[in-house]
Amino acid sequence: MLSFDFDYHAPSTLKEAVSIYQILERQGKQPLFYGGGTEVLTLGRLNLVYSDALIDIKNIPECRVQMLTDKHLVLGAALTLTALTERNLFPLLSKTARGVADHTARNKITLGGNICGEIFYREAVLPFLLTDSYAVIAGNEIRTVSFDEVFNQFLQLGKGEFLVQLITNRNDLRLPQFHIKRRKQWNIGYPLVTVASIKKAGTVRIAISGLCPFPFRSKKLEEALNNNDISIESRINEAIQHVPSPILHDVEGSDEYRIFVLKNTLQDVLESYQGGES
Amino acid sequence: MKTSSSPFREVSLHVNGEIKPVLIKPSDTLLYILRVKLGLTGSKPGCLNGDCGACTVNVDGMAMKSCLMFAIEAPGKRIITIEGLKGTPIQHAFIKEFAFQCGYCTSGFIMNCYSLVENYPDANDELITEMLESNICRCTGYQEIENAVKSVLSSNKNLEK
Ligand SMILES: Cc1cc2nc3c(=O)[nH]c(=O)nc-3n(C[C@H](O)[C@H](O)[C@H](O)COP(=O)(O)OP(=O)(O)OC[C@H]3O[C@@H](n4cnc5c(N)ncnc54)[C@H](O)[C@@H]3O)c2cc1C
Ligand code: FES
Ligand code: FES
Repeated sequence: MLSFDFDYHAPSTLKEAVSIYQILERQGKQPLFYGGGTEVLTLGRLNLVYSDALIDIKNIPECRVQMLTDKHLVLGAALTLTALTERNLFPLLSKTARGVADHTARNKITLGGNICGEIFYREAVLPFLLTDSYAVIAGNEIRTVSFDEVFNQFLQLGKGEFLVQLITNRNDLRLPQFHIKRRKQWNIGYPLVTVASIKKAGTVRIAISGLCPFPFRSKKLEEALNNNDISIESRINEAIQHVPSPILHDVEGSDEYRIFVLKNTLQDVLESYQGGES
Repeated sequence: MKTSSSPFREVSLHVNGEIKPVLIKPSDTLLYILRVKLGLTGSKPGCLNGDCGACTVNVDGMAMKSCLMFAIEAPGKRIITIEGLKGTPIQHAFIKEFAFQCGYCTSGFIMNCYSLVENYPDANDELITEMLESNICRCTGYQEIENAVKSVLSSNKNLEK
């Protein structure tokens, strides 16, 4: 049960959604766009999220698109993780999404909600950091921006903007790839470390969740991992120097332990690429 | 754009084949409305945080944790709660396989397993395990629950032959 009440709006067009936000703001409200609502509920109960006016984007057709064009895959932000995994148009995203929460919760959690959420992990971000992907963002205008540029610890949305779609270059959907999620225990739960990886044009790309309070991809870390002149162990030791800070240190695992787990995971990824690609 | 000063809204929910008029606040969870306003107490509150699955119902054919859904999203959707399942094969299988002890988690498990056998008649072991991981039982092992699911899946297959 939430300790606050809110108005509920369910616009059916992008324009309507943006204009509702603007009207509510002028009325002095604190509107929030949302998708599945699971985080609004769970963090709202802890008073970590507040809004007095929710704008549900699930009735907007553009936010529910799941479509392959000649050159791209287009995914609406309001698609549930289950909808994505069942069609499996982007295998690395499917694998990553299947690691998030549990099967029933994924019937409600949306792609946009995971990417725009407040929690540290936001694992669905990883495949988009690795590939040639774009975010379609609605606000006063509709803008399409490179995901790599618009995601810096958080998706950089302006006031009154929301995520409509993710677009990914079709050529990147079936590249050699790995996804490894390491938890403290069980098969369900937040990660100690999740590593998603693709190999493009002979170069290994790595994106990481669970290590820091945000998902990230580091070009310097990748450069070190791709230095084929030295041993895998040396590459990993060098790569670790480029992990951004802070490193999470909590009940799930200490910072030292997370680095230990990351090193082993990177070793598994690099060896797997050498052994044959999945 | 309509705004109203009262937080309450009168809506109709389609629950277990009946249309139920009910007064809700947008911030109410579906679980709260089912239990407190509609008296359908078979869906259980556990963690209220999406972790345990005790509150699982079926919404438009899919298993749904009713503590994770705002009731305001429910109008126009078909909701089935444990009270709406009347003598389904999965209920019989739970009894036959002794797939419960205290029973607190059972309605949630049955609703999840009901969705599983309805939606995934060809579910393999991996999918069954993945789906059962959505619910937590503090009493039993999960083997009996898995056996119940498998027995329904295989008898459905035999019926098809
Ligand atoms: C049981 C459980 C287990 C979980 N396990 C994991 C896990 O293992 N890994 C992981 O990464 N996450 C996990 N999560 C977290 C979950 O993925 C996030 O909380 C996610 O935000 C939920 O998605 P949603 O669509 O319900 O979000 P919502 O509640 O709809 O929104 C979350 C936030 O994002 C904003 N938002 C939503 N959609 C948009 C949009 N299109 N544009 C702009 N802003 C938007 C909202 O304003 C809100 O602040 C778990 C959650 C639960 C309930
Ligand atoms: S009460 Fe809903 S998942 Fe625990
Ligand atoms: S039978 Fe007691 S919690 Fe499952």
